[in-house]
Amino acid sequence: MSRSKTSREPISDAALPVGIADAERGAAEAAILVKPTVGKKKSEILYFALHNPKLLVGGSVVLLFLILTFVGPLLTHYGPFEYGAGPTNGPPSARNWFGTTTFGQDVFAQFVGGLGSTFAVAIVGGGLATLIGMIVGFTAGYRGGLVDEILNMLTNIVLVIPTLAVLLIIAAYLEVRGILWEALFIGFTSWPWAARAIRAQTFSLRNRDFVDLARLSGVRSHKIIFTEIAPNMSSYLFMTFILMFGGAILIAATLDFIGLGPTNTASLGLMMNTAVLWSAMHLGYWWWFVPPGAAITLIVGGLYIMNVGLDEVFNPKLREF
Amino acid sequence: MGLRVENLRVYYQTLRGDVKALDGATFDLEDGEIMGLAGESGCGKTTLGNSLIRLGTRMKYIEGGVELDGVELPIWDHDKMDRFRYREVSMIPQYAMSALNPIRKIGKMTAELLASRGVAYRDVLPSLRDRLDLVELSTDVLKMYPIELSGGMKQRVVMVLSTLLDPSLLIADEITSALDVSTQRAVSEMLVEFREREYVKSLIFITHDVSILYQIADSIMVMYAGKLVEKAPTDTIIQEPRHPYTKMLISSLPQIGVKYTEKKLEGIPGQPPLLLEPPTGCRFRDRCPVAFDKCQEEPPFVEIASNHSSACWRTMEDHAQA
Amino acid sequence: MLKLDGISKTYRIGTFGGKELRAVNNISFDIAPGEVVSLIGESGSGKSTIGKMILRLISVTSGSILFEEVDIATLSRRQLRDYYRRVQGVFQDPFSSYNPIFKADRVFSIIKRVYFRHVPDDEWDAKLRSSLEAVGLNPPEVLDKYPHQLSGGQLQRLLIARALLLDIEVLVADEIISMLDASTRIDVLNLLAELKTRGLAILFITHDLSLGHYISEKAVILYRGAIAEMGTTDRVFNNPHHPYTQMLMRSVPHLDSRWEGKEAVAEGPEEGLLVPGCPYFARCPVSQRSQACKSAIPELLETEPGHFVACRRYADILSEPTPPA
Repeated sequence: MSRSKTSREPISDAALPVGIADAERGAAEAAILVKPTVGKKKSEILYFALHNPKLLVGGSVVLLFLILTFVGPLLTHYGPFEYGAGPTNGPPSARNWFGTTTFGQDVFAQFVGGLGSTFAVAIVGGGLATLIGMIVGFTAGYRGGLVDEILNMLTNIVLVIPTLAVLLIIAAYLEVRGILWEALFIGFTSWPWAARAIRAQTFSLRNRDFVDLARLSGVRSHKIIFTEIAPNMSSYLFMTFILMFGGAILIAATLDFIGLGPTNTASLGLMMNTAVLWSAMHLGYWWWFVPPGAAITLIVGGLYIMNVGLDEVFNPKLREF
Repeated sequence: MGLRVENLRVYYQTLRGDVKALDGATFDLEDGEIMGLAGESGCGKTTLGNSLIRLGTRMKYIEGGVELDGVELPIWDHDKMDRFRYREVSMIPQYAMSALNPIRKIGKMTAELLASRGVAYRDVLPSLRDRLDLVELSTDVLKMYPIELSGGMKQRVVMVLSTLLDPSLLIADEITSALDVSTQRAVSEMLVEFREREYVKSLIFITHDVSILYQIADSIMVMYAGKLVEKAPTDTIIQEPRHPYTKMLISSLPQIGVKYTEKKLEGIPGQPPLLLEPPTGCRFRDRCPVAFDKCQEEPPFVEIASNHSSACWRTMEDHAQA
Repeated sequence: MLKLDGISKTYRIGTFGGKELRAVNNISFDIAPGEVVSLIGESGSGKSTIGKMILRLISVTSGSILFEEVDIATLSRRQLRDYYRRVQGVFQDPFSSYNPIFKADRVFSIIKRVYFRHVPDDEWDAKLRSSLEAVGLNPPEVLDKYPHQLSGGQLQRLLIARALLLDIEVLVADEIISMLDASTRIDVLNLLAELKTRGLAILFITHDLSLGHYISEKAVILYRGAIAEMGTTDRVFNNPHHPYTQMLMRSVPHLDSRWEGKEAVAEGPEEGLLVPGCPYFARCPVSQRSQACKSAIPELLETEPGHFVACRRYADILSEPTPPA
């Protein structure tokens, strides 16, 4: 595209982040020759990652729940749907850490089981949505033209499909539903948002001079997408994954809540569903619906905070020395 | 009357400390004087321009006095400065022409701008028409959106708008940098015309392009690394610069008529110092070909000849011996 | 060596692609080995588009670009890779040319991977060092740094060093110093001039006439996608024929003389829109133009050996129009 080159204010060193240049100059002068190696870069990123408060806090919260998913079932000897685990509607006690439901089921056991299915659906569903979104988004954004038009049309069609109606129809045909189909369903219906976002970013990156320079270096198109464009968007891609991940959790919770989720597994949404059906809110049985709601909020919130931290880790300019 | 600036220091706050962007500026500007403020990026010229009208969010006023037409400008107080802004002191900031509100017609935007200053659009309209005419813009421009105008047209619109209330001082920050050569000349000459017609009394023209200053400025002030380095009438700066930096800067400018094969121009090796912890003494010391031990002590910005000030020990020595 | 033959670039714009934007219109000139040619034009002149077409980053709508008699549009992927060993480009914004999340010297490792795969590491390091020194850089100062830790001048030199590593014959320099400080500008410019004495041909794209004059032997003045005037630098600058060139010479601020007279600001037609006649018609002084100028595009006429103008006025001077060599 003909770009009108307007001359702008010249760039000089006074604009440099101060202190770095001096320190690095000294260190570099001590070195005989510096070999650009991949190993060095990886360890640098690791260093920054381990020292970023947002990443650590957000990551810890998510990690905590993840650990709970694995460790939790070992801590309780009740199954999620086991009756008689305790008194009905019992508040948290030494025997039932999160209290019991109307049916005398142990809430903690349900909670821990639900966490597991939540993570499973989110990873598979969110991951699938991100993957499809990446394929469609990168291709449309980089190639442009007719390819872009066709992919756009596809994206828009999937976007406007009334997913709930489709879901109802599918649910009518499947008598027994497992976690996998829910994850697949979420994956195949929520990718348009990812595709749109990635396409837009790819468009803007594709016109940058460093992409031209890569082309001038004989690098092929798909390689350019993987080595120049995608890494530049790595935090963006992760953010997209987090959106899909969090979105999957929320969609799954909604589906479970209205009874269209997996039929035979505990899930956080199902817990809240049952809790509301049995008037837990009115009757004050907070231990039944607060843990699942809080868990969803904390996990998704933690993921978002992690992402802000990751942006700082990946982007050298945002780092504060 | 005119502008008097005394020991102005404005720093930038950053996470790592204060960047001493403007570190002690003292100079005068007479009524009707067009002063060019030249220097490379990072020298503090934009900081100086900005601090005369509005301190940005990261800018910290340290000390110094500014007096315009005998009245002190309370530049450290954002609210108190408000009554001076646009009326007494006006600015055409860098990239102004790109900052026009894209969803407002020019006329509407002008009316809003004036209303915010308590001036009725209707009252100013005749004057506005005259000025648009002066810059060779038809009044139809008031009914257009910025996107319908070319770069040169937008810049002229901005020039007219910034001077509508006849400010005493106008600060123009790099207003020609993004324009084509042909428009640059027209815009620069229009600015001089503004001064002729007393739409503005005095003008500070900030730019890195010294040759434009030679064409339209009465005097040129050169800055380096946050300090004033030399100020003199235009001809003197261009033809008889005394400060080593000014000399090297002028001689590094390619001109039509100069070819590499005939005369190889020299740049200035090295880079300007970082202003977080600037070096003691003369800030140009490391790159100066005639630096000597006295340069470890900061040279004062003093008059070395009539209307000619410079901050250099070597220059002062030469002058004393002359 | 590099020959542009009737190059045009048209874009389709508008809601349904109805309107045509002619960025480049029938450009022909050539670059001989070791020659520095200035491509001078203001914004909208199409100069950057031409540079990108030579680098095959943009496709040519009509006409052909020939490198050693071969049309570069016909190059296969492998041949294109070889082409880039001999023809490279450096762009205006030094910071934009580097992927900000990687270190600056990654640009070297990319070409090593593609072009020097089997060269042993220590040999490569030595080559790299000498290339950096050839452009006036101190290797420890610039290696292993991120782009934002280096200055604009250093980044541009790194890109030139990269091009030198490939041992190129033609460098397309697109406004490479316009974003640099005055004191660095001349150093990079001198570097280019020095490389030219070592045999490098350069297409120096700029809007700054004095830079073009400083460094080039041949100058091509562009206006709205068409050549207005072309010839040896001395001839074009000292004896400009085209009204546009004359206007440019008058408007350039000099340090030894002041502007004379008054320069009117006339606006040209909407940028890129194809007008039937001479693109400069709207801005041309009335005394110099005729009705014929409005209807037909002027051809490039050779007014004196090596000096070409696209202006109808000179048709009378010559008996018949001579196509440019």
